[in-house]
Amino acid sequence: MSLDATFLILAAISVAGSAAAMGLRNAVHCVLALTAGFAGIAGLYLYLGAQFVGFTQIMVYVGAVAILAVFAIMMTHHPGQAEEPFSRYWLWGAVIAAAVFLTLARAVRLAFEPAGSVLAVPPQAPDLTVQQIGEALMHRYVLPLEIIGLLLTAALIGAVIIAMDAKEDPAMEDAVE
Amino acid sequence: MNSLVAHLWLIPALPILAAGLIALLPQRARIAAAGLAIGSLAISFVYAIAAFAHTLSLPAAQRLEFVNVPWLTFGDQVLRIGWMLDPLTGVMLVMVTLVGLLIFIYSTGYMAEDENFTRFFCFLALFAGAMLAVLIANSLLLLFMAWEVVGLTSYLLIGFWYHNPAAAAAAKKAFLVTRIGDLGLLIGMVWLYAQAGTLLFYDSGAGALELSSRVHLASMQAGILGLSAASAISILIFCGAAGKSGQVPLHVWLPDAMEGPTPVSALIHAATMVAAGVFLMGRVFPLLDLPNAPLDHAIPLGHYVTTMMRVQLINGPIQTAPFIALEVLTWVGAITALFAATIAVAQFDIKRILAYSTVSQLGYMMMGLGVGGPAVGIFHLITHAFFKALLFLGAGSVIHGCAGEQDIRRMGGLRKFMPVTFAAYSAGMLALCGFPLFAGFWSKDAILDAAHMWEPSHIPFWLGTLGALLTAFYMTRQMAYVFFGTLRPAAPGHPSHHPAETEKPIAFEDVAEQEPHTHHPHESPAVMTVPLVILAAFAVLLGFLGTPAWPWFQSFLNGTAPEANGLHALLEPAVLTVMLTSTAVVILGLFFGWWLYVRTQITSADAPDILDRKSPAAFTFLGHAWYVNELYAATLVRLNSAFATLSDFLDRYVFGGIVQLVSWSALGVAYLDRLFDTAVINGGFDAGTHTARFGGWLTTRFQTGRPQTYLRFIALVLVGLVLYLLWGAHA
Amino acid sequence: MNPLEGYVLLSSLLFAIGLAGALTRRNAILVLIGIELMLNAANLNFIAFWRYGPRPAALTGVMFSIFSIAVAAAEAAVGLALILAAYRHVRTTNLDRMNHLKG
Repeated sequence: MSLDATFLILAAISVAGSAAAMGLRNAVHCVLALTAGFAGIAGLYLYLGAQFVGFTQIMVYVGAVAILAVFAIMMTHHPGQAEEPFSRYWLWGAVIAAAVFLTLARAVRLAFEPAGSVLAVPPQAPDLTVQQIGEALMHRYVLPLEIIGLLLTAALIGAVIIAMDAKEDPAMEDAVE
Repeated sequence: MNSLVAHLWLIPALPILAAGLIALLPQRARIAAAGLAIGSLAISFVYAIAAFAHTLSLPAAQRLEFVNVPWLTFGDQVLRIGWMLDPLTGVMLVMVTLVGLLIFIYSTGYMAEDENFTRFFCFLALFAGAMLAVLIANSLLLLFMAWEVVGLTSYLLIGFWYHNPAAAAAAKKAFLVTRIGDLGLLIGMVWLYAQAGTLLFYDSGAGALELSSRVHLASMQAGILGLSAASAISILIFCGAAGKSGQVPLHVWLPDAMEGPTPVSALIHAATMVAAGVFLMGRVFPLLDLPNAPLDHAIPLGHYVTTMMRVQLINGPIQTAPFIALEVLTWVGAITALFAATIAVAQFDIKRILAYSTVSQLGYMMMGLGVGGPAVGIFHLITHAFFKALLFLGAGSVIHGCAGEQDIRRMGGLRKFMPVTFAAYSAGMLALCGFPLFAGFWSKDAILDAAHMWEPSHIPFWLGTLGALLTAFYMTRQMAYVFFGTLRPAAPGHPSHHPAETEKPIAFEDVAEQEPHTHHPHESPAVMTVPLVILAAFAVLLGFLGTPAWPWFQSFLNGTAPEANGLHALLEPAVLTVMLTSTAVVILGLFFGWWLYVRTQITSADAPDILDRKSPAAFTFLGHAWYVNELYAATLVRLNSAFATLSDFLDRYVFGGIVQLVSWSALGVAYLDRLFDTAVINGGFDAGTHTARFGGWLTTRFQTGRPQTYLRFIALVLVGLVLYLLWGAHA
Repeated sequence: MNPLEGYVLLSSLLFAIGLAGALTRRNAILVLIGIELMLNAANLNFIAFWRYGPRPAALTGVMFSIFSIAVAAAEAAVGLALILAAYRHVRTTNLDRMNHLKG
């Protein structure tokens, strides 16, 4: 099967959003573009038939992570800072990233070389319901579920503690430099 | 083994021990020193008499006794030394101990005022011991060692007054000249050891002087001049004897040796040490007495062979083969005898006249050995020892009496003041001249007799006869100057010859006489005159042991039975001719001396000698001893100085330069090493550490502290890893 | 082209973009966002393989993605909190200034 138009459009949205997120000057613009990117990826999930994941993506990433990032940018914004968006050795980073992409692309190419390989395309999407996901969560993946719960709890508490206003402490002042 | 012979080594050991003890005594222990020396020598004298009597008592064929002991061991070779007793040893022991004892006693008086009295007796005792060791040695090695000690003590005693530069120079000269001779002796000794395998004289058939060794040595060729080994070795040993006994050309040290005290001159340079050379030749006579031709071992040779010039070779006719070594001895001795006599005629120092006379008489002894064997030569040695010692002691008495004056021109008329000395001196003088019936007459006649019958040539006989004429002449001259004429003392304040001897102005008895003795010579004390009288007795009577009428002495030494030939032996034509000739010559000499020196009295000290007036050139030439010393100084001494300069140059610049070079090269090596150490090793380490630090610094560059840097690296490595896996999977 | 191959390539591209941003941007928050993008790319990969893979009925890919999203959210929270805390000390979000661990 060849790539169809839907896929291409959604892919374009994702890539554009991501590229903008990484390339724009203003940080807030970056986060907004990121949101668009996330949305594109969510659409891809939906197109692939993983509706639950898609909606989860929108809720978590778009609704929480991106907003969180905006908040963080707002809180760390220093009016006097008019600085370069990219670091001094940005070219190194770009080159390395390009190298990574090329390497991965090559690997993919090589993997899909022999036509008619084991990765044959099933004709149609599997029928995935939320109930199946729920049952899988409760039966097969119950342990990871519980651990995730713990993890989230710890992360939240930790984040709160870390981001709290530090008490005035003479000992901690010395540790700045 | 007879215990007398077994302990014969005590004879030299006691005086040497005494010398050692005296050396430890302080200078003021004079009586102890003199007592030790005289006592030890007296014991040796008694022992020598006993040994002599013992030898006399044995039958003639068994008179050789010896003891050999092992001394050094080299692996499986043993070097032995030993002592021996035979007729020659016996008579020499008695002579040396007796004359020595008399001179020791004389010295207590002569050296009484000298402050180094103790040292004198120490050296004297050491000399006596060494000389006695030379006499009894049965090994050429032991003899040589004792010989060297004798030379050492001679040096010490000649230079006794070492503050006097003339004495120090004379001692050095004596030592050096005798050393030259000793070199020949050493070479001969080594050669003998190489050929004969032993240095022992007698060793029950295996000794160097015994039959098998003699035949072997006579048959070996020396390789030069057609000499046999025996002849060559004998001539080399003769070199040593010539040095010690003052033969021409090694005679030059003897006159200078008169710088020593007069007892020293008497003992060492008249009676004993100079006779050691003659004794040595007498001792090794079996080697000399071999014809220069290969011998058949079947032909027996006697213990001593005299003047046998014909030799029977095996299966061959009787041939004449020369006895080369004996010929050398004879010629050298004859020339020396005449040469020294000519010089003595023109001397003015009382001791120097006697010194040249000694050289002349030593020449006679060597000649006697050459023409007549030990019997003749040693006989003259023994008689000469007594009368020459007498003459020297008499001269010492004269010097003592004249307060140190030694120039005969400043003496005179002493027969009135010193009668005992005059009488004894006269006896000695007549004995020396060979006046009939005195000891010297018989011994010198024995020599002339043998020379007259010598086959190779009669010239030595005529040389000896001429020498006898001159001897009588110069002795008369000396006596005229000293004892006759008027007293010609030195003016007050005039320095006499011997500064050291003037330190002793007064003798024992004449305590009252304190004024200078410039006009009152006096007789010497009894301790000095009694030995003179004893020696005079010997000078008169000793000769009768060896007359042709009863040649007891000769037969004793030869090992044959003494034949009492009776007075008719004196009337045999050969004997009578020689006797009459020598008597005539002596009387002629005495007459000339009387005519020139006694008839017209010598009154002035400064007037030239009569001979000087008659032919000044000849007199000066003889007075300077034929300018031999000057010749040596111009040639040998200059050569030696040149060598010394060369050696100094070599040592300073060549060897010193090499040493300097080595030290510089060592310094250079050290410098290079330091350079290497600094540049290479230190530099290498520094470079290494710098590299490590640089590497460290380089690595720290990666630790920027910025997370993005680390992230980049992680990504890079990831790419690398994937590529690697791809590569691996694909290929 | 195989659809799966397309999705994988897309996922790689998104990953590379996210990486580029993480490696080059100065602002720490934007670096974190880049990391989020990389996670998203991985998730997309999982889902694509779940859809076109051999056994979709096992729901492996879906599950993985769900948990990945959860973890990513937690991690984003904590990370941003850290940045806030660090901001209080150095008064800047410029990563180039945060080189106190420089060796």
